[in-house]
Amino acid sequence: MSGEMFPEPGWLSEEVKTGTTIIAVTFDGGVVLGSDSRVSAGETVVNRVMNKLSLLHDKIYCALSGSAADAQTIAEIVNYQLDVHSIEVEDDPLVCSAATLVKNISYKYKEELSAHLIVAGWDRKEGGQVYATLNGLLTRQPFAIGGSGSFYIHGFVDAEYRKKMTKRECQEFVVNALSLAMGRDGSSGGVAYVVTIDQDGAEEKCVLGNELPKFFDQ
Amino acid sequence: MALSCVLDPALPGFNFENSTRNIVLENGSEEGKIKAPKPMKTGTTIAGVVYKDGVVLGADTRATSDEVVADKKCAKIHYIAPNIYCCGAGTAADTEKTTDMLSSNLTIFSMNSGRNPRVIMAVNILQDMLFRYRGMIGAHLILGGVDCTGCHLYTVGPYGSMDKVPYLAMGSGNLAAMGILEDRFKANMDLEEAKALVSDAVHAGIMSDLGSGNNIDLCVITKEGVDYIRPHKESPYNYKREAKYKYKPGTTPVLTKTVTQLELELVHETVQMMETGSS
Repeated sequence: MSGEMFPEPGWLSEEVKTGTTIIAVTFDGGVVLGSDSRVSAGETVVNRVMNKLSLLHDKIYCALSGSAADAQTIAEIVNYQLDVHSIEVEDDPLVCSAATLVKNISYKYKEELSAHLIVAGWDRKEGGQVYATLNGLLTRQPFAIGGSGSFYIHGFVDAEYRKKMTKRECQEFVVNALSLAMGRDGSSGGVAYVVTIDQDGAEEKCVLGNELPKFFDQ
Repeated sequence: MALSCVLDPALPGFNFENSTRNIVLENGSEEGKIKAPKPMKTGTTIAGVVYKDGVVLGADTRATSDEVVADKKCAKIHYIAPNIYCCGAGTAADTEKTTDMLSSNLTIFSMNSGRNPRVIMAVNILQDMLFRYRGMIGAHLILGGVDCTGCHLYTVGPYGSMDKVPYLAMGSGNLAAMGILEDRFKANMDLEEAKALVSDAVHAGIMSDLGSGNNIDLCVITKEGVDYIRPHKESPYNYKREAKYKYKPGTTPVLTKTVTQLELELVHETVQMMETGSS
C-alpha cells in the first residue's frame, strides 16, 4: 500500500480565509456596507452564511476580509478600545477614531496579520464616512471595495457611483455590486448582508441567494 | 475584577520553548537523525445540530496514527461544564489538553462567581488561546451547550476563527457529513429526529472517510441535563479474538540452568535526609 493513504484535506493545514467581496458606500446622510457570506479554507467552504459586517460601535461597522481569525480578532479588540474611548470622552466616537484604531493595529502588526478591514459609519461631525485601512494605510474615500471579489467590480463601481445618492439607490448599488462580484469570484458567494447606517442608527438586512438581482447569465 | 485573577494569566508573547529543542533533535548528528514521531490525529467525523430543546453532538471513535488505528474507542466528546460539551478534531493531544484547560478555567470561574458558565465565554477563552498560538495548536473544535440565553453551537478553528451556526460538521469526514446535514436539517426538530440526523451524518462520514470509523457517540444537552450516549451505535465489525495469545508458564521447557554470582564490593555509601513534611 502506498504511503499516502488519504491526502490531507485542505482545512487541516490551510488557514481559514474570508476570500470575500466587501463594499462600503456613502450616500447623502449615511453609509451602506455590504458583504458576501462565504468563508473558505483551501478549496472547502467552511461557513456559507458568515456575517462579515462586524459592529464596532452603535453607528460604526467594519467589513472583514483576509484571514478570518485575524480580522475577527482586530474587530473585537477595536470594539473594546472604542467602548473605553467613548466612556472616557462621554460621547459617541468619531468614525475616524475607529478607523485610526484599526489602522494602528494593522500597521503595528503588519508582518504577522493578514486582514483588511473597511471601516464605515455615521457621526455627528462629518456624517457618513468610509475609511480603507489596507496593511496600515488610512484613507478616507467616498466608497471602498475589498476582498478577492473586488477585483471584478472595480470598473463597475467606478462607472456607476454617483455623489449624493439616496438611501434606496445606494442600497441597490451595493447589492448589484455584490451580486456581480459573487457571480464571477469563486471565493465569494452565499447570501448578501447589507447594513445601512444613518443618524437614526444601524439597520441590518440579509438578502438571500435567490433574491439577489440577476444579470446577463447565459 | 474577580475574573482576571481566576483565569490562567497569559504570559506575554508566545511559548515556543520546545521548538529549538525539536529542531536540534531533528537535525541532529549525521548518523543519528531522529525523526519526530507523527502526532496522533483523530482523522474524524464530528457533527452538531441545534434542535427544539437543545443541542445534539455526535462523533465517531477512531483515532489514527498514520495508517494504523491507534484507538478504536477514543472519546471525542469532551466535558467542559455541566451544560457545555465539546467535540474535537485535529491533533488528539491538542484537543484533549485544550478542552481540559478550558474545563478547569470554567470550573474555577463558576465557583468564584456562583454562576453557571455561558457557552460564549468558553468560545471566547478558546479563541483567545488559539489565536495567541497562531495555529500551532491543531485543535478544530465544535462547542455545544445550553445556558440561560438559549441553545448554542459554535465552531472554533485552530487559528482562532469562530463561527456560530445551527448545524455543523468538522473533521476529515466533514464533507460527507455536511451533505447529510444540508439535505435534512430543519429548524426546531424534535429529539428523535435530531439524534437520527446527527447519527446518520457521522455514519456518512465513517463510510466515506478512511480516518473515521468504529462506533458513534452521541451527546444530547438540554436545559434539564445531559445524556451522554456512548456508544449510540456500535460498529458491526467488532472482531472477537479467536484464541488467547498468552502462554502458560512452563510452555517452553527449561533445558539447563546456570547461576553465576556477581562479585560486587561496596565502595562508597552516602545517606541523604529527605524533607518529608513539617517537623
